[in-house]
Amino acid sequence: MGKTVAQKIFDAHYVDSPCSDIQVISLDAVFCHEITTPIAITDLMARGKDRIFDPSKIKAVIDHVTPAKDSKTALQGKILRDWAIRHKIKDFFDIGRNGVCHAIFPEKGFVRPGFTIIMGDSHTCTHGAFGAFAAGVGTTDLEVGILKGVCAFRYPESIKVEITGKLPKGVYAKDVILSFIATIGVNGATNKVLEFCGEVVDSMTMDQRMTLCNMAVEAGATSGICAPDMVTVEYLWQFIKDEYPSKEAALDSFSKFKADADAAYSDTIKLDVFNLQPLVTLGYKPDQVKPVSEMAGTRIDQVYIGSCTNGRLEDLEIAASILKGKKIADSVRGIVSPATPDIYSKALDKGIIKIFMDSGFCVTNPTCGACLGMSNGVLADGEVCGSTTNRNFNGRMGKGGMVHLMSPATAAASALKGEIANSELYLA
Amino acid sequence: MKNFNGKILFLDRSDINTDEIIPAKYLTESTKIALKPFLLEDIVLERFNPAKDIEGKSVVVARDNFGCGSSREHAPWAFEVNGINMVIASGFARIFRQNMFNCGMMAVSLEKDVIEKLFTKFAGKSTSVETDIDKMLFTFTADGLKEVIPFSISQYDLALVKAGGWVDYADQKY
Ligand code: SF4
Repeated sequence: MGKTVAQKIFDAHYVDSPCSDIQVISLDAVFCHEITTPIAITDLMARGKDRIFDPSKIKAVIDHVTPAKDSKTALQGKILRDWAIRHKIKDFFDIGRNGVCHAIFPEKGFVRPGFTIIMGDSHTCTHGAFGAFAAGVGTTDLEVGILKGVCAFRYPESIKVEITGKLPKGVYAKDVILSFIATIGVNGATNKVLEFCGEVVDSMTMDQRMTLCNMAVEAGATSGICAPDMVTVEYLWQFIKDEYPSKEAALDSFSKFKADADAAYSDTIKLDVFNLQPLVTLGYKPDQVKPVSEMAGTRIDQVYIGSCTNGRLEDLEIAASILKGKKIADSVRGIVSPATPDIYSKALDKGIIKIFMDSGFCVTNPTCGACLGMSNGVLADGEVCGSTTNRNFNGRMGKGGMVHLMSPATAAASALKGEIANSELYLA
Repeated sequence: MKNFNGKILFLDRSDINTDEIIPAKYLTESTKIALKPFLLEDIVLERFNPAKDIEGKSVVVARDNFGCGSSREHAPWAFEVNGINMVIASGFARIFRQNMFNCGMMAVSLEKDVIEKLFTKFAGKSTSVETDIDKMLFTFTADGLKEVIPFSISQYDLALVKAGGWVDYADQKY
């Protein structure tokens, strides 16, 4: 019987199997941010185990609340900073160089096909876009990852998600993943890996694949994976060009992590996007989804464009193309957070930031901020936000606030109207 | 090993997420005990008042997909500092389930119809459970009612519970 992408990665990282269906694997990278790592550091110190397995495989960033908003968040940043210095962690990104973890780590070339990665963050599944096995874990797993470079998982079973057809104009990876989550439900993929494939995935850029894999956890999945191809190699080439004689050679080497033709999947789901419309969530669960057209006219108080889901350059470009030369509604507070300094600076060079500002948006520094209701755009009780983020849980962006998840195009169009609306790109 | 006996808090809902269990704004706390007053503060659930209903409870029984959402281990900790070391449900989100066992706590899945029976028979009453971890048996009792229900967790999960968590287990082994 053949193997899936995740199974091949597990086989290449085998350490132990403490019981039949559990496998301990070695880790190629452990990512850290200042919300979940300081408590792991403090606990390791209390246990007399203030060690790390390999300073070159640990990457850390302060991203959730930056600049610090109060003494408590300042302390979290300080614990992470002091630890990174103490253990000579070279890839530590502090203010001025920091960005949203799942955007900045791939951008720096830290994610490679076939890698195993954990982080104390549920959207770690984003990095599966590169053909890696990347999973979110809790503090204890993170501690063990930091200490020993291993983690225990169930031997992975995958669901094959074949996305076919051609995306209509104005419909994006965000709409595809919302549609998928609505089909399978918020726990439809629990303990499973989602292996995304098909012509739609093949034609997606890395930014789009990251959007797709980012929300795998919203269906309960351990990780989302797109098998590595030439698009992956092109993205990574600047980081790997000294390791391979040619792009073809790199692809050839990565191809050992492709699924076998006779790989066993626990399920195969086909999704045809030919008639897909722009979608938006309602309610407090990401599988409660409706076409934008049916939610049109819903009043919004704030629009947030950013996050590890949709805060990348392509996302800002699409939103700016809709905002160009127009003003957002007086009743709307528009907030855009480019996900990394590099994205910010490219958006500046391309005139995108100017378009946002001219249209009435506030441009913040790269940070998670409002996405999890911690800073830079928290909602008041009863307020409604159109957001390009990934979670619409009750209270997510502030107690009593309602979050409608949507693509950057829908978010920009909704900001102009002051209510949920389809973008002209879709209508055209 | 932690204690897995005591009074039950019934939470009659599926998809209870970790933002509901402990909202993100408390993630800036750097001690577990500071989380105590905020457990389930933002949950959407009729006839449930966190300020009154959590006190004195040791076990939670809920429906499906318990603990979905954010990876925060603050969720198990918020239960732990309130004296709740076990959640019984018909299904769990992966990270939450793993976090529970990693902390030496238990997240036990029972079939949907068994959970249904527990709700019909015991919810709304003062119900207790006793856990025999070696025989893997729960005994539920309330007002003269009694129900013995077998459960199963893997040998690995059992080892974590007995070792008191994954950090010491892994540091010795790998
Ligand atoms: S942007 Fe939002 S979802 Fe992504 S890592 Fe930050 S807080 Fe989490």
